[in-house]
Amino acid sequence: MTDQIFEYAPAPESRAIVDIAPSYGLFIDGEFREAAEGKVFKTVSPSTEEVLSEVAQAGTADVDDAVRAARAAFTGWSALPGTERAKYIFRIARILQERARELAVLETLDNGKPIRETRDADLPLVAAHFFYYAGWADKLEHAGFGPAPRPLGVAGQVIPWNFPLLMLAWKIAPALATGNTVVLKPAETTPLSALFFADVCRQAGLPKGVVNILTGDGATGAGLVAHPGIDKVAFTGSTAVGKEIARTVAGTRKKVTLELGGKGANIVFDDAPIDQAVEGIVNGIYFNQGQVCCAGSRLLVQESVQDELLDALKRRLGTLRVGDPMDKNTDVGAINSAEQLARITELADSGEAEGAERWSAPCELPSNGYWFAPTVFTGVSQAHRIAREEIFGPVLSVLTFRTPDEAVAKANNTPYGLSAGIWTEKGSRILAMANKLRAGVVWANTFNKFDPTSPFGGYQESGYGREGGRHGLEAYLDV
Amino acid sequence: MSDESQKAKAKKTAAAPKAAGSGKPAATRTRKPASQAAGASRIPARVDVLKTYKLFVGGKFPRSESGRVYEVTDSQGRWLANAPQSSRKDARDAVVAARKAFGGWSGATAYNRGQILYRVAEMLEGRRAQFTAEVAAAEGLTEAAAAAQVDAAVDRWVWYAGWSDKVAQVVGGANPVAGPFFNLSTPEPTGVVAVLAPQESSFLGLVSVLAPVIVTGNTAVLVPSEKAPLPALSLAEVLATSDVPGGVVNVLSGRTREVGATLAAHQDVNAIDLTGAAGDPGLAKELEAAAADNLKRVRRPEERETDWSADPGTSRLLSCLETKTVWHPMGV
Repeated sequence: MTDQIFEYAPAPESRAIVDIAPSYGLFIDGEFREAAEGKVFKTVSPSTEEVLSEVAQAGTADVDDAVRAARAAFTGWSALPGTERAKYIFRIARILQERARELAVLETLDNGKPIRETRDADLPLVAAHFFYYAGWADKLEHAGFGPAPRPLGVAGQVIPWNFPLLMLAWKIAPALATGNTVVLKPAETTPLSALFFADVCRQAGLPKGVVNILTGDGATGAGLVAHPGIDKVAFTGSTAVGKEIARTVAGTRKKVTLELGGKGANIVFDDAPIDQAVEGIVNGIYFNQGQVCCAGSRLLVQESVQDELLDALKRRLGTLRVGDPMDKNTDVGAINSAEQLARITELADSGEAEGAERWSAPCELPSNGYWFAPTVFTGVSQAHRIAREEIFGPVLSVLTFRTPDEAVAKANNTPYGLSAGIWTEKGSRILAMANKLRAGVVWANTFNKFDPTSPFGGYQESGYGREGGRHGLEAYLDV
Repeated sequence: MSDESQKAKAKKTAAAPKAAGSGKPAATRTRKPASQAAGASRIPARVDVLKTYKLFVGGKFPRSESGRVYEVTDSQGRWLANAPQSSRKDARDAVVAARKAFGGWSGATAYNRGQILYRVAEMLEGRRAQFTAEVAAAEGLTEAAAAAQVDAAVDRWVWYAGWSDKVAQVVGGANPVAGPFFNLSTPEPTGVVAVLAPQESSFLGLVSVLAPVIVTGNTAVLVPSEKAPLPALSLAEVLATSDVPGGVVNVLSGRTREVGATLAAHQDVNAIDLTGAAGDPGLAKELEAAAADNLKRVRRPEERETDWSADPGTSRLLSCLETKTVWHPMGV
């Protein structure tokens, strides 16, 4: 890049801290074992396409075994006094803190996201989540769900690849705190941190069968969700799969929570501090390469500041460092898989084909791995696919508005309803806008902030149920 | 107001065995089947004015656009009235009305919603005799038993009305996030809710599923008991005269399967309560699967028969709510 202000020397994080085995089995009833059918698949590093390891592909018999192990463990685990359950979960939180660097490196290798994010966002939040829910385990009778709330039984949990370990934490921590046992399936492209978590459970002395980890693909997940032996389904992923799950559980007594897609509106008013808003927009859509369900993927900018804002935004995007995720200076890492890259590419191409104007940050992309330059579309109409469909990549669609009412109407014009952002100096406007936006999380003058105490989840087709906070307990209690 | 309610209370205790405020027990009047009247050899001194029961959509009382009606009989099989048999088009019209009403109703202050719903209870109180007669006929209850159902229903309505400005304090609140933010979670209504009311409890059960949905700001499309829809259609008349904005509650009598299927598959319905499909697991499953298309929130039917006279708890109140969490930065 010619107009870059600073040249940075490479600052690679060492990968020596993590020891990846050539192959991993399934974690069932406290033991690693091969899949019954002996099938395996490879997991690659999306930034280099290097094969990191081979993991077992769980089949029907393995799902049966894992559910059986979780059921057997449920009796003892749910009968354990809350104080004792809490101590196991506190142990897990502490071990995760101790091994945070190792897990951050592992996550970056397997996922492709920058080490700065896994180190400074994912891992601290993972440990915090376990620490928070550990404290609930012996206070459930005070949580507002009746005097003696009961666990559901065995939870089948299916998680995505964008925040592999953090999504595991969001699922497992509240499940264990409430006395449920777990069968969790990590995403096909990011199985490693969940398998390392199995080792954390071992170190914590967690009773066998309380947490079971099944690696596999969509079929494994579908088999788990449909298994008659589970009492609860928790899923984070695409809206299409979420709908399939809702159909699968119809007519059963399984309790379901779904955390699905989004098309978040990030609304910038003309009185917003432009530089701050630009940082918020960048964080909203380029954090984690835009592979975030609550990403601020639609920028709604008030017409009068459109030019000023877009100039500043493009200037800022020119300084983003895209490349080696293991480099501590990297802002934007690799796309998680070839499949996802193809999806982003296809949708971005549709934006151009439908008449929006495409601009990409000037940056050199590595020759190996899966990469997509931070991209901005202007002149986007509400009917364009890039304004309606979740791209799940570093692609921002810019629309404009004149009045607050128009901003609300456009922001709410989506089947989703997960997140929204508001940028203005006027406090009363923040409150009025936040009231009218149909979204589960609203960020005012900030974006993509997460906390274990803060309930997270969507309206409409972004799913149902909340994760985090006191609200997050309900999904795992018989209430 | 306190005078009035005291009077009403006095009336309630004094006139329990008889219908209030009328020389002639209204029960007999409303219950007398028309076929009997028509077929009687002796012409009565005064011929009853029978009511044409109609749907309630968008604050108006239309007939079914399909022109269809079906016979509603009492528990002995005697004809009571013809009820409109709603069609898919009626269901769609009702959803449009409910959606149109949602902004205003959900945007009204909780105090205002509470006042309006309390007003409904006041209007119900004045019509206890009519509802007692309808419930007695529909469910084959004695007048005293039916009156007890109606009283319980009015009391339940009062109970739910009071929740309007309390629910946010009970289930919402500030979250102590680890950063310089004021982080607040508040419950918000889910939107348009389709409610399949219980088949057996035509009034107490009906009130028990409807009131918790609308008190929090949702709007409802209500499918009353298929065989006993008359109390629900009369409730619509109460709602229409209680300052409840048109469209907040819409009542569609008809075949539960037919109307339920349209509502479960409707893309502008946000949630569905399948209580009315209890006893038909096949139908409940079908409707839940259809509801998945736009990820409606689904309340499944209870496994065991519900005792509608029992303390309802907050489960229904909380089942059509979304939690919105807003992050406000703190700084000077």
